[in-house]
Amino acid sequence: MSVPLESVTLRVNGAERAVRVEPRRTLLDALRLDLGLTGAKKACDMGNCGACTVLLDGRAVYACLLLAIDCAGREIATVEGLHDDPLQRAFIEADAFQCGFCTPGQIMSLKALFSRTPAPSDEEIVRAVSGNLCRCGAYRNIVRAARIAAGRR
Amino acid sequence: MKRIEGPEKVTGRAHYACDVRLPGQLYARVLRSPLPHARITRIDAARAERLAGVHAVLSSANAPDISWYEESRLFDRTLRFIGDELAAVAGESEEIAEDALRLIEVDYEALPCAVGLEDGVRGKPQLQRRGDIDNGLREAEVVVDAVYTTQTALHNALEPHGCTAHWEDDSLVLHESTQGIFAVRDEVAEKLGMPKERVRVITQHMGGGFGAKQIAWKHSVIAALLAKRAGRPVQLMLEREAENLAVGNRNATRQRVRLGAKRDGTLCAIDVHILVQSGAYLVGGEDSDVIGAYQTLYRCPHLRAEQVGVRTNTGPAVAFRAPGHAEAIFALESAMDELSRALAMDPIELRLRNYATEDQTKGKPYTSVDSLRRCYGQVKAAFDWPERRMGQGSKKRGIGFAAHDWAGGGGWPPAEARVEVADGAARVVTATQDIGTGTGTALCQIAADELGLPAERVSIVLGDTREGLYSPTSAGSATLATLGPAVRMAAAKAKKSGRGKGSRVKNPKDKSIRTCGAQCVEVEVDTETGEVRVLRVAAAHDCGRVINPVLVESQVIGGITQGLGYALSEERMVDACGLVLNASLEEYKVQTAADGPQLVNATQSMPDWEANATGAKGIGEPPLIPTAAAVANAIFDAIGVRVRDLPCKRERLIG
Ligand code: FES
Ligand code: FES
Repeated sequence: MSVPLESVTLRVNGAERAVRVEPRRTLLDALRLDLGLTGAKKACDMGNCGACTVLLDGRAVYACLLLAIDCAGREIATVEGLHDDPLQRAFIEADAFQCGFCTPGQIMSLKALFSRTPAPSDEEIVRAVSGNLCRCGAYRNIVRAARIAAGRR
Repeated sequence: MKRIEGPEKVTGRAHYACDVRLPGQLYARVLRSPLPHARITRIDAARAERLAGVHAVLSSANAPDISWYEESRLFDRTLRFIGDELAAVAGESEEIAEDALRLIEVDYEALPCAVGLEDGVRGKPQLQRRGDIDNGLREAEVVVDAVYTTQTALHNALEPHGCTAHWEDDSLVLHESTQGIFAVRDEVAEKLGMPKERVRVITQHMGGGFGAKQIAWKHSVIAALLAKRAGRPVQLMLEREAENLAVGNRNATRQRVRLGAKRDGTLCAIDVHILVQSGAYLVGGEDSDVIGAYQTLYRCPHLRAEQVGVRTNTGPAVAFRAPGHAEAIFALESAMDELSRALAMDPIELRLRNYATEDQTKGKPYTSVDSLRRCYGQVKAAFDWPERRMGQGSKKRGIGFAAHDWAGGGGWPPAEARVEVADGAARVVTATQDIGTGTGTALCQIAADELGLPAERVSIVLGDTREGLYSPTSAGSATLATLGPAVRMAAAKAKKSGRGKGSRVKNPKDKSIRTCGAQCVEVEVDTETGEVRVLRVAAAHDCGRVINPVLVESQVIGGITQGLGYALSEERMVDACGLVLNASLEEYKVQTAADGPQLVNATQSMPDWEANATGAKGIGEPPLIPTAAAVANAIFDAIGVRVRDLPCKRERLIG
């Protein structure tokens, strides 16, 4: 039953990273286990919560629903690739988290929105994070953080 | 002041138990019972053991015989609910561990099962009495007599339960997702027959617990045994389904409530009989004192309160954010609303008539006698009670009120802390854990205050039993009120000599400490579809002195958000065979960003200097407690339908 490994090169946060994985390995596991990028979290592993959200060619995706081998040659961005991003600053300012487990996913969902729409409306903000659960219930402040990042207070 | 761990949390640098990566680390999975009640007649793991990439397999066939849950074992031959642990595998990946589970052959002999609250085995009643209930009911001029039920709710913290275990010679290190590093240390050491000093538990960050992580569960010992057997570190994180089957839930209840009052609103009798669904095991840490709130929230001379635990073949209950109180307050505060309607009296006025100034269970006055009264005033003003707006067409609007008290929040001594000062900076050393509430930030502020330093100059060490400074489990909203005074004492000493140790003195003997609060809710109910939209919630809670308003506000809005889920959508569904039908985050409906009503936090700082030297009390659990009752009361106000069963589902509102 031993499965042969496949070589795949992932382009993560601008750098080429070669990994050898089982074909069934998800992008999330490849990031978290093979590349040591643990910012994206595994909370359900079945596309229900958004904790694993990363960007694939600029779009927010659930990394637990993608196979790593299908992501070769695509542009992958994770929270580790952000540096002093206005969204990160705004999350701290608005206290947009408690336990913080959903936070990287929330930020990446908003990152995708902001790269298309630099000054989104409240409605667009809510829609962008509506697939990101926060069991601590920080939604109000998550929306507030996004508003701050959009230049509205 | 902002959360000190903010930068770690927004960059992905915050490391949780599941983020630990050690050389040679293996990944584990647990095989669980597919039947609600059965005996294992044969278990054969030979094929699993031979699978390439598998390094250790444990089951009742080869695991050490460790007692667990009353009369049960770590891997018992009798299985008592769907999800009960029966074997575990450590392999080079989670995928391989899962492959191996499928190769374990088990034969079962099915046994009869009981699944529903009404069908289970009833335990010994817990009974509390005051005065003479028959007299009280005779004196009453108005009686409300109703049955309320509350559902089983699932914690669903985003980070599942789990740990990473590794051995350093004869010592065990556990990176655990827990609310109580000492509780885990002591329990794991006992189960493994080791001295406590040889078990070290570390929790730097944890992704939510809400009570379900306040005890040591089997996975910690299973991971430790697998790691020992394999000679390599083992990470064992539960999958979402297992999370929702086996590691706790808020117990369902059935509460028959009789309230007797005089025409002027004075309560003369409270009589309740309550069934509480414990599930398959008493795991310790259930603490579901459903009769508690009935005994304390209102002054009442005659009371009888009875609670009976019911065993069923379903996952065990464990504390969930204000265990017992959230369930009780839904029923009590709904009944109070019914009483206020029967008396044609404003609901807040009715509560003021029955204001309790002493803890009637202990015969002691409260430390902050007026705080609940002040909460009523604050929330009333913030909400503009009883102003209401009109709905349109089929959409009707209504407003509801509910109050609560909570025995937690006053602190649980003992606890210790150390403070070290050098070069205009200070370091607070504790071994408490920050479960996402902001404990670390608030403790830094307390030290900074005492030392006269800017808070940015104070750092904190926490989440490691190796520091040896005892802290209690983060539960009962007690952490800040427990640790804060110890930190303050340590800082006062360090101010003089550069280094000081502080300990938490006992709580006052002659007074009782409580936390309390009140909420108002406005809803809009569509009478055609039964859809309930919560438009706004205002809340005022007594948490003593507010050390950090930002953190308090986050607790308040987070608690209300969970409370709205409890009120409207959250419910574990179980079929007649004990199968949980919605053990996923798709089907178990927690609140989302799209549900967000307007939330107004009207909590004010009300220092309680008699409680402890920081004047602060807890706020972790309380904001969830009154929300469901306030929602149900608002629904009645809107459409005249009294929802006595949680959650307030559409089909209960129309038809
Ligand atoms: S872990 Fe991917 S959506 Fe939940
Ligand atoms: S901050 Fe805890 S889940 Fe969002």
